[in-house]
Amino acid sequence: MTSPGDAANGSADRDSSGRATYELPPSEFGDLRIELAGKIDVSTAPGLRTDLLNAVGSKTDGAVVIDLGRVSHLDDFGALLISELRQQAEADGRGFSLIQVPENVGRILSLVHFDDENVCRPLPEKERPNIVIRLGRAALGQFFNTRYMISFLGSAVLALLTVLVRPRSLRWGDTLAQMEKTGVDALPIVGLISFLLGLVMAFTSALQLEQFGASIYVASLVALAMVSELGPIMTAIIVAGRSGSAFAAELGSMRISEEIDALFIMGFRPTLFLAAPRIVAAMIVVPLLTLFSDLFAIAGGLVVGVTMLDLTPHSYISQTMKTLTLFEVMWGLMKSVVFAALVSWVGCLRGFQTRGGAAGVGNAATSAVVSAIFLIILFDSVFAVIRSYW
Amino acid sequence: MTPDPIIQVDRLVARYGDDTILEDVSFTIDRGEVFVIIGASGCGKSTLMRHMLGLDRPFSGQVKVRGIDIHGCTDKQFRRTLRNIGVLFQNSALFGSMTLAENLALPIMEYTRLPQKAVDQLIRMKLCMVELSGFEGHLPSEISGGMKKRAGLARAMALNPEILFLDEPTSGLDPVISAEIDQLIRHINQSLGATMVIVTHDLGSIMNVADRAVMLDKKRRGIIAEGDPRTLRNSADNPDVRRFFRREARSESPAR
Repeated sequence: MTSPGDAANGSADRDSSGRATYELPPSEFGDLRIELAGKIDVSTAPGLRTDLLNAVGSKTDGAVVIDLGRVSHLDDFGALLISELRQQAEADGRGFSLIQVPENVGRILSLVHFDDENVCRPLPEKERPNIVIRLGRAALGQFFNTRYMISFLGSAVLALLTVLVRPRSLRWGDTLAQMEKTGVDALPIVGLISFLLGLVMAFTSALQLEQFGASIYVASLVALAMVSELGPIMTAIIVAGRSGSAFAAELGSMRISEEIDALFIMGFRPTLFLAAPRIVAAMIVVPLLTLFSDLFAIAGGLVVGVTMLDLTPHSYISQTMKTLTLFEVMWGLMKSVVFAALVSWVGCLRGFQTRGGAAGVGNAATSAVVSAIFLIILFDSVFAVIRSYW
Repeated sequence: MTPDPIIQVDRLVARYGDDTILEDVSFTIDRGEVFVIIGASGCGKSTLMRHMLGLDRPFSGQVKVRGIDIHGCTDKQFRRTLRNIGVLFQNSALFGSMTLAENLALPIMEYTRLPQKAVDQLIRMKLCMVELSGFEGHLPSEISGGMKKRAGLARAMALNPEILFLDEPTSGLDPVISAEIDQLIRHINQSLGATMVIVTHDLGSIMNVADRAVMLDKKRRGIIAEGDPRTLRNSADNPDVRRFFRREARSESPAR
């Protein structure tokens, strides 16, 4: 332990180019003198810090005097060190002073506003707003979100009506590109997943139906389940993951880089210009994808039926045709059109709602997929209810 | 002051694909100097800076920072060199998901052994240096363009690097704030002794801060003038250089 009577010294040396030392010479007035020398900077100040804070803390009375006369260079890390020593001294109600401040050191100290009460003193802890305020803010946020959603729904419907009335107002080149991205490019993954789904469904149901000698009904089960329920849902979920998120991310990036504002100022309607091509493209290609999905699933069921259940391809297909009615197929396709509209609409909505920076774009993409899947399931339930009262 | 080169660019050739942007560019920057790279838009200023930082690889030639060839050295040497470099990017490149304080704390916490409390105080000092005290808890999206520039400058200076690269530090700012940033650059250069490499075409800023300048030209794909900008303005032989400094259009105006 260092008492003021003893001379003590030390050094911190982490960088060969600069060496910082300190001395604690004896002082006659009972105060603590600290003589700093050398380069007190980013590489040396953190090393000196512990020693000096201990030296100041080991004594609880008498002023602290820091002699900077031999300091050759000091940066803001050095200023931090001095400021921390001052805080420690003042916490004990002791005096604090700097002596022999060289001109270049003084310049740094003034640059960091060393004498400014607000800068070099610890900040009081920020109070968290109380629960009522936070609840109110969350409720308001939800309210504005809902309001924006409704207004965007209206503007999307208006844009689609505009397209119906004046088809030339739609950007067809853009729409075709989106159709390719949303539809053609998704075909392999939709086909593969549906094929496997058909395979699994046929396999699982075969285990049960075979016990009753009803294995031919595997064909009916696969066809009916796919065409009226799973085909539209699976396709819509894949499209939500592939394209809904892409819409949100693309429009979100355009939003934060002010491209959407630029469109608006040039007199375009952003919804008509950006959202309409995407929504129209999705509504055209998703039903087609759903048809493919149905076909691939039936093919998957056929493979199981022929290889495991000793059915002939002909009997499997004719049983499938017997089960399916035109109404079932159209019902499934109608659902998929609605799902497509929902997925692309909510993707564009989240894109337009994006705020902030890169993180905002990520949140928009996530939120687009989550909202889309929720809407798909919600509307599927609505369709089920409608059909039960048909 | 004896010349003490801290950055040496030696016969640098920069190409993107088949496009040659810079052909055979050589110059040196001395320790402690404020060095400005100027030139018309599209002449390769940013390309030159990206090569000097090791972000792009040169087609041929060398860039030496503190004597180390940054394109030919080991990864470890390169990373050690980078610790002595701070960069203010053109769009500030502040991390949007972090507050200003967190943006500054990132390098400080990584490379020094200071406790959180001391780092917090250091960050307030640094923000105060760039006149941003009170904005510790703000996100970059919540502050203005000039404030972003200053916050980016504070982050570039987080570890008090020996070399600061500033890419258009005053572009898009009003003249008062530009002048304040110039003053800040001068202050930091004098008090912290940092070498500054500035890419800019803000004439006022060039005259205020630069010790030395090189001017790049698109046609020549290289340097057409080098020296003190005040001398260049008054006595350059090349008409392109004079036009740049006197802010003149390339041809006479038709409404004459």
